[in-house]
Amino acid sequence: MAKTHITMKVNGAEVEGLAEPRTLLVHFIRENLQMTGTHIGCETTHCGACTVDIDGMSVKSCTMFAVQANGSDITTIEGMANADGTLSALQEGFRMMHGLQCGFCTPGMVMRAHRLLKENPSPTEAEIRMGISGNICRCTGYQNIVKAIQYAAAKINGVEFQEAAE
Amino acid sequence: MIPGPFSYHRPATVTDAVKLLSTLGDEARPLAGGHSLVPMMKLRLATPEHLVDLHGIAGLKGIRREGDTIVIGAMTTQHELLASDEISKSLPILNETALLIADPQVRYRGTIGGNVANGDPGNDMPALMMTLGASYRLEGASGAREVAAGEFYQGAYFTALEPGELLTSISIPVPAAGHGYAYEKLKRKVGDYATAAAAVVLTMAGGKVVTCQIGLTNLGETPLLAEDAAKAVIGTSLDPATLRKAAAAAEAIMSPAADGRGPVEYRKHVGGIMVMRALQRAAGRAS
Repeated sequence: MAKTHITMKVNGAEVEGLAEPRTLLVHFIRENLQMTGTHIGCETTHCGACTVDIDGMSVKSCTMFAVQANGSDITTIEGMANADGTLSALQEGFRMMHGLQCGFCTPGMVMRAHRLLKENPSPTEAEIRMGISGNICRCTGYQNIVKAIQYAAAKINGVEFQEAAE
Repeated sequence: MIPGPFSYHRPATVTDAVKLLSTLGDEARPLAGGHSLVPMMKLRLATPEHLVDLHGIAGLKGIRREGDTIVIGAMTTQHELLASDEISKSLPILNETALLIADPQVRYRGTIGGNVANGDPGNDMPALMMTLGASYRLEGASGAREVAAGEFYQGAYFTALEPGELLTSISIPVPAAGHGYAYEKLKRKVGDYATAAAAVVLTMAGGKVVTCQIGLTNLGETPLLAEDAAKAVIGTSLDPATLRKAAAAAEAIMSPAADGRGPVEYRKHVGGIMVMRALQRAAGRAS
């Protein structure tokens, strides 16, 4: 099948490549662009490990074709650190609150939490839990991921993070 | 999991999309949000030779009010429904239902047109559209026609869509002011299809039900309108005996498949419970 020329902006940089129509976006990102931070988990739209941000939406990149993302503006986990290379508030939250164990789900969790906090900068615990309900973690029981997002929200809003009593 | 090869088309107008679908024939499929079709293609349960992506057609997007009707473009996403003030105000049951579909990422991509058009009995919007008396605009090479949601579903994945036709918009009559509504969905986890679900829209006066429609999701090969159950509650104050009668009437038309969600008897039983809960919650919201 003939390949299509695709251009897109990924983490602020213009990139291009050739892909068959059937190439999934996650494969294009990992294999053509050699950015392997975005993970492939279930491949069936359930687990959320492949979540990236496309034109202001959290999208499971295993369920979209690369040709469909032609011309779009994408952010992946590689684009999440601050410009000076320090950890963003969300990344710092995951580190400080032990929001990861094996780390496989973390790129998807961070990308989903990124969009969640853009849309709702001060979410309640319930809103965070519903907000990440499309992302599966098999290690943490979610408790520390929720705390990591609360930590980031507090930092972004310039308030002190108060860990809720257990 | 990689889908089979196909040619990709991205028309800019409905006319071009319909022309492509009719000339390419049976091997062409329209691509809306893709969150049903792409997984099926990865499993090779669907192997279309051509995909006609509808994302380039601006005219298929948006929510507008025309008099007492809400018209929703087929490519409007569940996320856009949830963000719409018009929907929250005029059709809050759509909001409640959209929130129970899949998960946040899927709702950014999943469209109302895809949800109602692909004929999957597990989809939530079709029963709701029947409950609300909605109609679908179908456009083909020979013109456009309106089909009532109640006439659209013929079997699992079989609908009134003719080859080459595209569902372009949904028209929903705005329910009466002060109507009560509820969508009750039992599911095993976020993102699951319903084990059983019921939609209720009703109006009340003096504590008694005046009008009522009840729809059922995933309890048969097609979405179902539980007309006898709805009749059973008219003129009542939804006392426990009436609720049980309505549940029994609804159960009588259910024919769910036995699957991972449970055996037939269980799914019918919880289907009846969804009907009772939806009736009670809808009545509590009616004014």
